[in-house]
Amino acid sequence: MWTREQMAEQAAEELQDGMYVNLGIGIPTLVANYAGDRDITLQSENGMLGMGPFPFEEDVDADLINAGKQTISELARTSYFASSSSFAMIRGGHLDLSILGAMEVSETGDLANWMIPGKLVKGMGGAMDLVAGCKRIVIVMDHANKHGESKLLKRCSLPLTGQGVVDRVITNLGVFDVVLGGLRIDQLAPGVSLCAVRSLTEATLVE
Amino acid sequence: MASKPRATPSKALEGLLFDGMTIAAGGFGLCGIPENLILAIRDSGVRDLTVISNDCGVDDFGLGLLLDARQIRKMVASYVGDNSKFMNQFISGALEVEFNPQGTLAERLRAGGAGIPGFYTATGVGTTVAEDKEHKVFDGRTYILERGLVADLSIVKAWRGDAQGNLTYRRTAMNFNPDCAMAGKVTVAEVEELLPVGALDKAAIHTPGVFVDRLVVTTSEKRIEKRTVRAA
Repeated sequence: MWTREQMAEQAAEELQDGMYVNLGIGIPTLVANYAGDRDITLQSENGMLGMGPFPFEEDVDADLINAGKQTISELARTSYFASSSSFAMIRGGHLDLSILGAMEVSETGDLANWMIPGKLVKGMGGAMDLVAGCKRIVIVMDHANKHGESKLLKRCSLPLTGQGVVDRVITNLGVFDVVLGGLRIDQLAPGVSLCAVRSLTEATLVE
Repeated sequence: MASKPRATPSKALEGLLFDGMTIAAGGFGLCGIPENLILAIRDSGVRDLTVISNDCGVDDFGLGLLLDARQIRKMVASYVGDNSKFMNQFISGALEVEFNPQGTLAERLRAGGAGIPGFYTATGVGTTVAEDKEHKVFDGRTYILERGLVADLSIVKAWRGDAQGNLTYRRTAMNFNPDCAMAGKVTVAEVEELLPVGALDKAAIHTPGVFVDRLVVTTSEKRIEKRTVRAA
């Protein structure tokens, strides 16, 4: 089984030189820590291209935050712009990759990550725009919810963020690609058996 | 033409507020919010507001103050975040919320301000956002029709401005402010510094003065929602 950090490290293998990438809130934010020496440019949908790491204490600036509302720093390459320009980048297909969290993913690549009716409402924020516009969508999430139920489903039960939009799912148990007919196991985390994954996954797993 | 600079936030809003009106507010979380104009709106007691904004601040700051005072009837927003009052008023039915994808919300404001009544986007297709909206296929892909937004009043926060209403924003405090500035029938800006006309770099003005009707110089608290730092 992978930890949160190991899932982020696994997701970082998606990063390639020259990519423009948007990272969601939570585990996806950690992916930046594992970029190594690859030359990637991070986009933050509140209006920044070229997002830097967290600032040193003395450089904290209330006017410089990421989409998760965290204080961050700028880089030499940084540019700032209005929200409509930010989403022109996203919706216009100019970003190579987005890595997001999820509540549920279906075997056909449907994604649900913005509300649980009657219980929890986060709002979709920029997620619907990202999944509709980015060239590749990778989800990083726990394989099961807190009740031990599979989050990889035949059909999502929660309101969708996008339909048929997910390319790959990285969970604490392994890496799964959305292909014709279901999810194909790309690899399993150390110590996780195929048998265990089958019993913990509701979605159809294909060879 | 009346002079644009006003002495105080409440004077900048004088004669503009009425019950049932629609107000568009710039800002993202607590970053780049017109916090002093929001306070003046709270103190005015105006109510039954429809507020267009990415989110609703936090429980006790920013637009959250108007929620707390029950002055907002409806939010047109994309994100609730950690604002528990927002979520609870919505779930209990006390507050009407129209959730918009963030990019759709920004583009609706930009379009409204640009005289564009509607546009097609792929964002939201196959979700509840697409319900009851016109669908149209272009080049084999399905899109939905979204409407431009125009507000009775837009309130924005800028860094530097001049008496002509030209505005520049600082870092990510820009966010929704330029789009909101365009979408207001009347737009009021609060600025940190008022410079002499001609002092701003003319090629680097983010919001040209034609979009701004009044402005006021304010001192902002600039509260930080999540202070994250790295070790020295």
